[in-house]
Amino acid sequence: MSEMHHIAISTRALDLWYGSFQALRNINVSIKDGIITSLIGPSGCGKTTLLRCFNRVNERYGNVRTSGTIELLGKNIYDPDISLIELRKSVGMVFQRPNPLPISVYENVVFGLRIHATDGKPHRDELDAAVEKSLTEVGLWKDLKDRLHDRAVGLQLEQQQKLCIARLLPLKPEIILMDEPCSALDVEGTRGIEELMFALKGRYTIVIVTHNMAQARRASDECIFMLLGELIEHTRTGDLFLNPKNPKTAEYIEGRYG
Amino acid sequence: MTVAAIEPGKRFVRTRHVARKERQQSVAKWIFFSMTVAMIIPLVAIVAYLLWKAAPSLNWQFLVDVPKRGMREGGIWPAFTGTLYLVVISLAVSAPIGVLAAIYLNEYAKDNWLNRLINLAVINLAGVPSIVHALFGLGAFVYAAKLGYSILSASLTLAIMTLPVIIASTREALASVPMSFREACWNVGATRWQTIRSIVLPNSISGILTGVILQVSRAAGETAPIMFTGAVFFKAVEKGKLFSYGLDDQCMALSMHLYTVSTQVPNVKESIPFATAVVLLGTVLLVNVSAIGLRVWLRNRKKW
Ligand SMILES: Nc1ncnc2c1ncn2[C@@H]1O[C@H](COP(=O)(O)OP(=O)(O)OP(=O)(O)O)[C@@H](O)[C@H]1O
Ligand SMILES: [Mg+2]
Repeated sequence: MSEMHHIAISTRALDLWYGSFQALRNINVSIKDGIITSLIGPSGCGKTTLLRCFNRVNERYGNVRTSGTIELLGKNIYDPDISLIELRKSVGMVFQRPNPLPISVYENVVFGLRIHATDGKPHRDELDAAVEKSLTEVGLWKDLKDRLHDRAVGLQLEQQQKLCIARLLPLKPEIILMDEPCSALDVEGTRGIEELMFALKGRYTIVIVTHNMAQARRASDECIFMLLGELIEHTRTGDLFLNPKNPKTAEYIEGRYG
Repeated sequence: MTVAAIEPGKRFVRTRHVARKERQQSVAKWIFFSMTVAMIIPLVAIVAYLLWKAAPSLNWQFLVDVPKRGMREGGIWPAFTGTLYLVVISLAVSAPIGVLAAIYLNEYAKDNWLNRLINLAVINLAGVPSIVHALFGLGAFVYAAKLGYSILSASLTLAIMTLPVIIASTREALASVPMSFREACWNVGATRWQTIRSIVLPNSISGILTGVILQVSRAAGETAPIMFTGAVFFKAVEKGKLFSYGLDDQCMALSMHLYTVSTQVPNVKESIPFATAVVLLGTVLLVNVSAIGLRVWLRNRKKW
């Protein structure tokens, strides 16, 4: 039972179809709490799709059908009493291209607080505090504290991506999903985001999709390899790269699938 | 080929082949430029000709006076206010319905056969000639709904005519808001409505307004739909009074009046049809200019 406690995300017999195309096949995975898990695999194997299952945002993308169960922190997210709003508050997502909203830095950070405010307008002091705390947490406060009311889309890409992470924090998420968060960034930016991931690790469970094998090795504790909608292997990152059990994994990390 | 194989003097020079490409490029540029000019010249010519011909009648009195001596003299006040009535009422009906329908279709509707059918219907309706809308309005509003020949029937007919175009243009404006903005909202737990209100609408409102405003000129300019449903050649109203009609009255309209004075009435003072056209043009222009003003204002109000 104590083992159960350490699982943040677990799926059983998860299948997913886009129309008649099956994008996920019988996924059974248990992702541990508080660590960084990376998700690798060739293009089109369903990494993004799997990630989007975890906050059920797939359902916003047209004709999607799922079967099987997904449990987050012990709760089945397909239970009828689940509120998608609460679910997505706790499970934030960061995208490949930084997507700050076309409003100010400040408004980006408090966006979540504003839309979730229960009684009337949230208090100004509360918002100010949340902005300082979140931006400090992602390491942007020093750079941006005098530019809080500039447009967010005018920032450097690395700053934008950090801002997108900061935007999740005021909602006190438990799981942060990252879909190739560094693929639009240069080496410096990538390092910046990776350092941030290390800083956030422990307090948040992080799942990161990446095409960059070196990044998966550097930045993750556990690693999942997927192929054509199936989960092939899931172990500690070191083991997966040093002695993969499945020959398909070996072929992929040796670069034979491109 | 090694580096030494080409004489330095022969490097980067224009070959015959390249020269031909450059010639083609400059010909293409001139063709496009002359087409642009060809498009502007008639426009300027029309406006200039209209103004020149209309000059003797163009004054305040012409606008606020009623037609006299069987429309051979006097002004166009009843037609002017009639057009205002028709345009305002028809857009007051079609703009909200059209914009809301477009929001539903673009932001909520799933991609299934019903919505595809609706889409197809909207696109095809946008291409239906106005005379067909006129017949529909006659049947539906004048007879079936028993609204009679009235401003209401005519306005509703115009609304039906402009609705599909407003839906189509609004959808286009909504679709131009990047998907990534919506994703950002969804993933912090915003409902669809919150996403629409806080991000989608503020970023598409100017496009939406442009689409709606373009329909003003269409509603003001069409003759057929109103001729069948509520516009008349002549209607006596009080000079200079703005709210001179009731909703169940028939009314005059600029487009129809223009048709009447230029073709149906003999011996009209020559400048009257031209001046009517200028007023029609001026009204539409005024609306467009204020729309641009509104858009600029909205854009500046957006706080970053
Ligand atoms: N909205 C959708 N509708 C239909 N098919 C989709 C949709 N999204 C993804 N797919 C298909 O599902 C499969 C998995 O897509 P997914 O985006 O999850 O792959 P991925 O592993 O993230 O790829 P990449 O590395 O290129 O991002 C692909 O074959 C893709 O074409
Ligand atoms: Mg992907």
